[in-house]
Amino acid sequence: MSSVPVPTRRQVLALYKQFIKNSNQFNNYNFRQYFLRKSRSTFKESADLKDTVQVTNMFNEAKKELGILKRQAVISQMYTFDKTVVEPTLKLNHTQ
Amino acid sequence: MFGRSLVRLPRVVPSNVGLRPSVWSSKIRSGNLSRCYSAAAAEAVKLDEGISIETHTDIQAAAKEQANVRSNDSEAIKSGNTALNHAYQENTGFGTRPIYLDMQATTPTDPRVLDTMLKYYTGLYGNPHSNTHAYGWETNKSVEEAREHVAKVINANAKEIIFTSGATESNNMVLKGVPRFYKKTKKHIITTRTEHKCVLEAARSMINEGFEVTFLGVDSNGLIDVNELENAIRPDTCLVSVMAVNNEIGVIQPIKQIGEICKKHKVYFHTDCAQAYGKIPIDVNDMNIDLMSISSHKIYGPKGIGALYVRRRPRIRLEPLLSGGGQERGLRSGTLAPPLVTGFGEAARLMLQEFDNDQNYISRLSNKLISGLLSLDHATLNGSPNHHYPGCINVSFAYVEGESLLMALRDIALSSGSACTSASLEPSYVLHALGKDDALAHSSIRFGIGRFTTEEEVDYVIKAIQERVKFLRELSPLWEMVQEGIDLDSIEWSGH
Ligand SMILES: Cc1ncc(COP(=O)(O)O)c(C=O)c1O
Repeated sequence: MSSVPVPTRRQVLALYKQFIKNSNQFNNYNFRQYFLRKSRSTFKESADLKDTVQVTNMFNEAKKELGILKRQAVISQMYTFDKTVVEPTLKLNHTQ
Repeated sequence: MFGRSLVRLPRVVPSNVGLRPSVWSSKIRSGNLSRCYSAAAAEAVKLDEGISIETHTDIQAAAKEQANVRSNDSEAIKSGNTALNHAYQENTGFGTRPIYLDMQATTPTDPRVLDTMLKYYTGLYGNPHSNTHAYGWETNKSVEEAREHVAKVINANAKEIIFTSGATESNNMVLKGVPRFYKKTKKHIITTRTEHKCVLEAARSMINEGFEVTFLGVDSNGLIDVNELENAIRPDTCLVSVMAVNNEIGVIQPIKQIGEICKKHKVYFHTDCAQAYGKIPIDVNDMNIDLMSISSHKIYGPKGIGALYVRRRPRIRLEPLLSGGGQERGLRSGTLAPPLVTGFGEAARLMLQEFDNDQNYISRLSNKLISGLLSLDHATLNGSPNHHYPGCINVSFAYVEGESLLMALRDIALSSGSACTSASLEPSYVLHALGKDDALAHSSIRFGIGRFTTEEEVDYVIKAIQERVKFLRELSPLWEMVQEGIDLDSIEWSGH
């Protein structure tokens, strides 16, 4: 794995944005909230990492997880269910 | 992108139309159902212009229908109905699907688990027991990886994990299989009165086979007395079965102490960890556990699969329930289901990976919920507050009937104390075992918090419970007397 370059700050931020964007696309309220919470806390933790090997590993792991998130967000949009009682039905686009 | 290639399906009445014709026709005529659908349906269409497959749920209609049936024969339930209507009207502009707080019954499948499973429903369909071709090898490899993940959570060896259809099967395998194997010399089983129904029933069926069973009682906190357990062990005792986390009240039994006692007396120790696995720290070696039942759908995995941990050193023998091809060390014949096994494995891996996060998050929400609920007068937490899994909260609201409260809380998916056999309205045998009277057992409700519960939901629940408990108490003549300071125990009831 030594051939893989250490991700730059910019790359990490771009990946983080992707996580938030895809988490937001879950139609299911509970999953959406969970992945938003999880994305934020994971990237916050990673900000404190100094060790380049750890940063690289985490980055690669996160890229794999992003794939899962993308696929599952699409599935969540294909099989939609009624909104729960804590979700406003009027606000149509919850991504913003 | 593949959404766009789909032909847009016309929106028709959902597919369950054929199942309950009478409900549908009446609802459609009255028009109230179509209203509650259209808002959500319209939104689903707008969410993504390319995707047109929609599935809709009908929980609210089902609940209302059930309530209507029930309200015909009970005054108390009717009053709940009023409270409910009152509540729904307040919340227009919001969805209709209830908040899910029944995590002890089952948990939602984690999307990461589903992502793992889908491969095995599409391309990777080989029989994991086929060893002559690549289709079998690839699924076999995945199954063994899943086994590693399942074992790792409890510090076991992968070879000690037997996949079953769930904790019910695992419990039956142990309660029946171990005594049957040792029946020549051993005739006695020990378990507790607060076990899950499947353990109690399996134990009862062993009585018919000539075994003796001791059902240990519990104290008012729901904990067993380890001295009593030790005294109950006889020379012909072959098995002790005590659950780790109780499914109704969330009480954690002293597993490590029980393991020591069992080891000292050389009896096998089985624990039903359906509610504990991955949620509290468990180490089969440190705790001297010989057999353990695990269920996948309690840890955000798929339903229909679970596992039995069977210690290899010293070897535990048990008679299998199923005869067949000898898969799973000969203990559980039948082809494994790779989608379920790998989903279960991923769920187990995530339980380990997310342990600290989940633990902190669930404890925080749990504390908030407990303090919110106990701020009501005459609300009590059932079970020990100190030996307690925070994700399972059981609270009794005195002077309210649990069923009518549940009926008034149809915007929240909960169970009452009598959750296990929800078809009957019997008060919970677990709460009885704790010494609670019928009335209190009837007025208890279980709240389950999990990884996917949000703080917003907890706030909603606290508010809803506080409002509706107050509302229902206003209707209760008993409550009126309590408010006037009449001691209810001093009253001589006439009649009957
Ligand atoms: C303690 C306990 N044991 C066993 C079971 C049954 O598990 P399964 O549904 O996997 O058969 C449950 C779940 O209802 C449970 O809570």
